[in-house]
Amino acid sequence: MARKINFKQAVNEAIAQEMSRDETVIVMGEDNVGGMGGDGERDAWGGVLGVTKGLYGKFGDRVMDTPISESAFIGAAIGAAACGLRPVVELMFVDFMGVCFDQIFNQAAKFRYMFGGKAVTPVVIRTMIGAGFRAAAQHSQCLYSLFTHIPGLKCVIPSSPYDAKGLLIQSIRDNDPVIFFEHKLLYGLESEVPEESYAIPFGEANVVREGDDVTIVAIARMVHVAQQAAEELAKEGIHAEVIDPRTTSPLDEDTILESVANTGRLVVVDESHPRCNMAADIAALVAQKAFGDLKSPVATVSGPHVPVPFSDALEDLYIPSPAKVKDAAKKVVEYAK
Amino acid sequence: MSQIYPVTMPKWGLSMQEGKVNRWLANIGDSIRAGAEVVEVESDKIAGVIEASSGGVLRRQVAKEDDVLPVGALLALIAENEVADSDLDAFVTEFQSRFVPGETSEAESTAGPETVTVKGRNISYLRRGDGGEVVLLIHGFGGEKNSWLFSHEALAATNTVYALDLPGHGNSDKAIDDPSLDGFAKVILGFVDALKIGQLHLVGHSFGGAITLATALLGTDRIKSVTLISSMALGKEIDVEYLRGLAKTNSRKELKALAGRLFANEGLVTRQLVEDLLRFKRLDGVQAALESILSAILDGDQQRVVLSEKIAHLGKPVRVIWGEQDRIIPASHAALAGADVHILPDAGHMVQMEAANEINKLLHF
Repeated sequence: MARKINFKQAVNEAIAQEMSRDETVIVMGEDNVGGMGGDGERDAWGGVLGVTKGLYGKFGDRVMDTPISESAFIGAAIGAAACGLRPVVELMFVDFMGVCFDQIFNQAAKFRYMFGGKAVTPVVIRTMIGAGFRAAAQHSQCLYSLFTHIPGLKCVIPSSPYDAKGLLIQSIRDNDPVIFFEHKLLYGLESEVPEESYAIPFGEANVVREGDDVTIVAIARMVHVAQQAAEELAKEGIHAEVIDPRTTSPLDEDTILESVANTGRLVVVDESHPRCNMAADIAALVAQKAFGDLKSPVATVSGPHVPVPFSDALEDLYIPSPAKVKDAAKKVVEYAK
Repeated sequence: MSQIYPVTMPKWGLSMQEGKVNRWLANIGDSIRAGAEVVEVESDKIAGVIEASSGGVLRRQVAKEDDVLPVGALLALIAENEVADSDLDAFVTEFQSRFVPGETSEAESTAGPETVTVKGRNISYLRRGDGGEVVLLIHGFGGEKNSWLFSHEALAATNTVYALDLPGHGNSDKAIDDPSLDGFAKVILGFVDALKIGQLHLVGHSFGGAITLATALLGTDRIKSVTLISSMALGKEIDVEYLRGLAKTNSRKELKALAGRLFANEGLVTRQLVEDLLRFKRLDGVQAALESILSAILDGDQQRVVLSEKIAHLGKPVRVIWGEQDRIIPASHAALAGADVHILPDAGHMVQMEAANEINKLLHF
């Protein structure tokens, strides 16, 4: 029986295996080792939620602590990548990314293009996303749509431990800057993960469940919400196909379009803010390229256009639930012109 | 002297914990012979048919269609008409009160795969059964020990049955030191040595069939018989597009289409089967391993090695089994002088999956 580990362990194992394989791979970030100037308890922390715990003990000074200055250390990581290293840099919460937009959007994303393909920037920026952690508006956003918007960045959003390991290994081996989004509520999730190294190619969606009645595209934790909805729908005789794009840049358009060609109906579930998010993007894609296949209007399921609330009750209402996804799917299935 | 024979949910492969009752193939009151098809069951990997182990009348369908039940669960009862209904009721009550899902039956070992070192490389294998003859199952190109999921347990009822992962496959090391047929044959003999197996029977599918032949031809007297299922090395023709595609692609869509060629009934290719293949293909070293094998066994668009003429000199029983609708290697390659040849209709290249019950009946040692 294959071994089961959780999402956090899968991320850790991916980094450790790539560090063993390739000595240019380094780790940077806040509290990875144990705090600036720390001693005695070095390696005690492994980042804010302990994902990189144990790496310092194995790889010593290839694991570095950085000051609480995202603009500086993200810039440093991008510079190191441009000079031949493969940094895996952790920026605790994606919500803090705003202070280093120039480094990411205007430098890392543009080097290959503006230097005529002569420069590569093999940096991986790992960051936590997602609501449900009771962490308020500044620690709960998804924001992957912002990065998907920028040409030159690759955006990777795993939904399972198996995908997390294979996609992170691919991210580290990739020569372009990769933003690797980890939903903090998935960290404890377990699944079968091979002990051997493996890479999952970018732009290859995962068909999580097959069905002929409605296509549900979902990202990150919403993949699990969509699966729960699909199970409920199946009890009512509605068979949903659940697709996890896994990477939003590049996006596997074909798998989505082929599924919609079969089902004729689309629901997109996206935990991020509703305006200009991946749900809007994928809905537009299907409206443009599969209009003739559609039997009903496309439905999207996202929260309202407000910051993620701090109140437990409101936060729970904000996050798309299986019941909301099920309702949306039933509406498109039962739609009559 | 009338007995009640229960029909239960089978366990096809290590990972199967439950199965779905797809449809009944016999009705209550039907007189059925041993070997008649009773019910179609589906695991998350593949659908298959359960046959009656004993003849009689299908008296009860305990499970309903679409029920998802654990391995070992009671599906049906077969008994002669003279058995009283009250006895059937008592049997069901007794069975259900004793049945604990997840608890394997006595005949079935709970041990998982083991690893043995052969020539410095790890080989993963699964052993089932005790006593009887020793049998080694050798899978094909891109396959694994689970390729025998319908046969391994069945054959282990009366034999000691090993299935291994060839170098470059499954959970074995991915590095292949010598990708030639002789190189693989030496690994097989090394495996047999390492496990201190004396004499044994070899059963090989496809590429594993070619390895089976090559192993037997190394002149050892330890091989008692060879069974070649949809085997390579019996003719020149082979679907090289399939082989090269399997080695090269990591695309779900392409793999699904390729996997479809393996079966007469493409509906057998489930989401999980493709996913398992994808997961294997993504492992570091697998693509290089598969490509090195292809460079050794192909000569242009044909098989490099044809061993059929040497079979006459083997001096061992040779059994050949083929699916008539094999699209990878034509069934015409089965025509071998002196061999015990069986062509199974309605089955493709993965004949041991598509016609598992027939195969299991043919594999006596």
